[in-house]
This record gives sequence, structure tokens and C-alpha cells, in this order.
Amino acid sequence: MRRDGRSPTFLFSCLCFGFAFLYVPILVMIAYSFNDSRLMSVWTGFSLRWYGALWENERIIDAALLSLRIAFVSATLATALGTLAALAITRMGRFRGRTLFSGMLAAPLVMPEVITGLSLLMLFVTLEGAVGWPSGRGADTITIAHVTFSMAYVAVVVQARLMGLDRALEEAAMDLGCRPMGVTFDIILPLIAPAMLSGWLLAFTLSLDDLVIASFVSGPESSTLPMVIYSKVRLGITPDVNALAAVIVAIVGIGIAVAGWLMARMARTGSAGVRS
Amino acid sequence: MGRGGSAEWQRPERQWRRTVAGVPYLWLLVFFLAPFAIVLRISFADPLIGQPPFTPLHDEAQGLQLTADNYRFLTEDDLYWVSYLKSMRIALVATLLCLLIGYPMAYGIARARPVWRNVLLLLVMLPFWTSFLLRVYAWMGMLSGQGVVNKALLALGLVDQPVQILYTDFAVCLGIVYTYLPFMILPLYAVLERLDGDLLDAAADLGGGPRQAFLDITLPLSAPGVVAGSMLVFIPALGEFVIPSLLGGLDTLMIGRTLYDEFFINRDWPLASAVASVLVLILVLPIVVFQRVSQLGREAAR
Repeated sequence: MRRDGRSPTFLFSCLCFGFAFLYVPILVMIAYSFNDSRLMSVWTGFSLRWYGALWENERIIDAALLSLRIAFVSATLATALGTLAALAITRMGRFRGRTLFSGMLAAPLVMPEVITGLSLLMLFVTLEGAVGWPSGRGADTITIAHVTFSMAYVAVVVQARLMGLDRALEEAAMDLGCRPMGVTFDIILPLIAPAMLSGWLLAFTLSLDDLVIASFVSGPESSTLPMVIYSKVRLGITPDVNALAAVIVAIVGIGIAVAGWLMARMARTGSAGVRS
Repeated sequence: MGRGGSAEWQRPERQWRRTVAGVPYLWLLVFFLAPFAIVLRISFADPLIGQPPFTPLHDEAQGLQLTADNYRFLTEDDLYWVSYLKSMRIALVATLLCLLIGYPMAYGIARARPVWRNVLLLLVMLPFWTSFLLRVYAWMGMLSGQGVVNKALLALGLVDQPVQILYTDFAVCLGIVYTYLPFMILPLYAVLERLDGDLLDAAADLGGGPRQAFLDITLPLSAPGVVAGSMLVFIPALGEFVIPSLLGGLDTLMIGRTLYDEFFINRDWPLASAVASVLVLILVLPIVVFQRVSQLGREAAR
């Protein structure tokens, strides 16, 4: 322990309190998904009936499938664009409009969702009036909106990795006559693949999670999962949403375990050029 | 950046350079910057029944049509003043609470044994990967009249009957602290983890007390993390919609919620655009500060 005024016991209790604060609400929510009663006030016995109700709720299943489809496409596009943006910021030195570029890349990280949602809707409506595209709003416009804000997150993750890379490998390849495009594909991309994967996962989660932006830019036919959940919980507590939460936490837990294992493997095989 | 090492990309192969920077640049110009210009433009239009529900700015007969009515309305109706001020107050209090809880946590993680650090960091991140909406929903159950919090308060004898916590400003604050805490901890951890222990030892050797060492060394050196974390909490919290609408009462008028209602319930697009434009104006300064600090942080990290 270092001598700067904070005892280990103090820090330890802060950590315990902090983690209890983070996890108790989630655990309580999951516990009540197994409650037989519709009310959260009484525990009437263990039951899986809310999971059954969830499975039979076609509105939720359809919305979940739509959300997954949008998340998959938008995460993939956001990873491509975000990686390019990170390459431009870290490997291209100064170029015209760089300040504007890095500003536009950082702003979506903090921009309130109501503003992003409203402004994208205004853009889509204006474009539709001017050039006839996009005709109406739905999965496509939600995908575009999600790509726009999640590419910023991908860029941050990939940028961190790019800065940690040892430039000697790239310089050696250049000296041996390799061109920037070749260097990018043969040397940089394999080295930043783990960061791209975590960026993709982050973008995927952000897309699955988004309520506000999707509410603005979706059409009447396309309700994503958060939109359906919101319309249910706005009216109060419903146990099938607790069951849904439990399912999501389970999937995320498994997903993170698998991703962690994959990334550890990729890091072992691809760590040759990484400094730090 | 732009120093020395990047010279290799200055060589020909312009096509590739153009693709790397150009494609994301163009995307952001069209889908991030242009929308703001359009919102600004529409905020100067009059509402109209129709599709789209606002008057065209450019008329063949009358030329350019601009009206400041929406902005005038914003200053005249108390609703908007109250919303902006209340948002700022709630976001500020929530940011301070995040700092109060997050700083010791980040410090504790940074001082933990290396094996534990990654596990603790993962535990901080894990809730972030589960649904934001459902984490807010979890607090609806916790705070309700028969919820866990009230049951605990009753059992401890602190109150005689359930207290109203859900649908108050306090619940909104709590919800913001809960959902944004990881955004405070991570930047703080990043600076505290790099903190040079030798400096603290030197301070102790020179006779400085632990309190003095913390105030003179640890706190100033972690300032960039404090600023970055605070901005990451304060800015999005200011425009938060989901948390006030689920946990707040009818009088918890936060500007994000007011904007949402103006748009979806009153269907007044020009007025919603004016509300958004003013909010962006308020946020420009904190966003610039955030960008500067995170850029300095990245450069220091190299």
C-alpha cells in the first residue's frame, strides 16, 4: 500500500459498496423473474411461467429478431468505417480538415441521444423530399443511425490498439517496397484484429441497446426490442420483462466469456508486434 | 501526431489514402454534420399541418423565409427555462456523486494486485454490456412502494411506512449515477494506474503526511481523468430521456424529455429543433473541453 492517505480498508469497503451498488439491482431483477406472482411485492413461489409467456410473445420475439439483424449489419459497417477512421487519425499525419474529422469522430461519444435522433430524422425527411431516398423509414434508417454513432466507439478502441503497435514492422515492410495498402492488409489488420472484434462487439451491444435514436428514425412497421420493452415498462413492472432481462444477462455473460477466450487466443498468436 | 513516423504514408498511393480518410469522413459529414445544419434550419421555420410539418424556408414567390418565433417562444414559456435548469442541476449532482463513488473505486482497482485488476475492471464493465433500458427498469422494481429499498428501510426501522422514492428527482439522480458510473471509473482508472508510486514515496520521505501527498500529488495528477470522466457523465446526462421518463415524476422536467414530448406528443418539429439547437449550444463548450482533454490524454499515453 502506498503512503498517500487512503487505507486499504477504506478502499476495500468502497469497492465492496460500489460493486454491491452495481450488481444488487440486476440480481434482484433476475430473482423476481422466477416469482410466481405478477406483483413484485410478494414472493409466492418459484415458477418459470414468465419465461413461457416470453417465449409465446410474438411481438417480443419479432422485435428481438429485427434488433439482432440491425445490430449485426450496423456493427459490421461501423467496424469497417471506424477502423478506417482510426487508421486515418493515427497513420496519415496531418491532412486537410483533420481537426473537423477528429471532432466529428469524438462528438457522438457524448452527444445526447435525443439530439442525434432528432437531427437524423430531419436529415432523412429532408433527403426524402429532395432526392426520394430513403423512401419511408424503417430498418435501413435505424441501421444508418446506429452506424453513425457506434463507429465513433469502434474508432476509439481501434485507435488505442494502433497507437500501441510497434511501428518498426510497418517501416520495415515499407523499406522492403510494400505499399500502404499492402501494409494495411498484411501487417496492420492482423495485429488490430482483436481490437476490431471488441469494437464490433461494442457496436453490436450499443445497437441492440438503443431506444431513443431508434424511436426517432424508425417507421410504423419496425419496432426494435428496446422500443417494445419501453412501451411495456412505461406502464409499470411486468414480470415477463424480468424474464427477458435474465435471458439477456445470461447471453451477455456467455458472450463475454467466449469473446474473452477468443481474444486471449488471438492476442497470443498475434502479439508479435505489440509493444506495451 | 503528424510527427516523424507517419512520413511513410505521405508517399504516393493517393488512392488508398483517399479511401482510408475519405469514406468515414464523407459518412460523418452526411450523417453527423449535415443533420445539425438541417435542424438549425428547421428551427427557423413555422410549424404546419402536413408532411413535412413545417413551412419551407425557401419560397419561389417570397424568397428566404426565416422566423425567430420558436426561439422567442423558448424564452417566454417557463417550461423550457425550468427544463434546462433542472437538467443542469440533476446532471451536475449526478456527476459529483459519480465522482464521489467512482474515484475511490478506480483508486482501489488501480492499487489492487495486477491479477485482480482485470477481473475488477471486467466487473465494472459487465453491467454496461447488458441492456441500459433494463438496468433503469431494475430500479423501478427496487424503488417502488413495495420494492427492496423500502422493505429494507422498514426492516431497519428507519421509516414507519413506505416512502415515495420512485418518480422523484432523487430517483432520476440515482438512475444516472447507476448507469453512468462505469464511464467515470474507466478514465479515472486509466490515469491512476499510470501514477508513479515513486513520487508518493518521495513525498513521504520528505516528511509530507499521507493527506498532503494525496492532495499535492495524486489529485492534481489525476485531474485529466476527473475532467474526462465528468464530461462523459455530465454531457449525456444533461440530455437524458429514458431515466427521467421511467424514474422521474411528472415534474421532473429534463430537457431531453421536454424535447421528446415536444416532438412526439405536440408534433411541433420547428420548436423541437429550436430546443435541440439551444441544447447543442450549451454543450459545445463541455464537448470541446472533453475532446481536448482526451486528445491530451492520448498523446501523453504514447
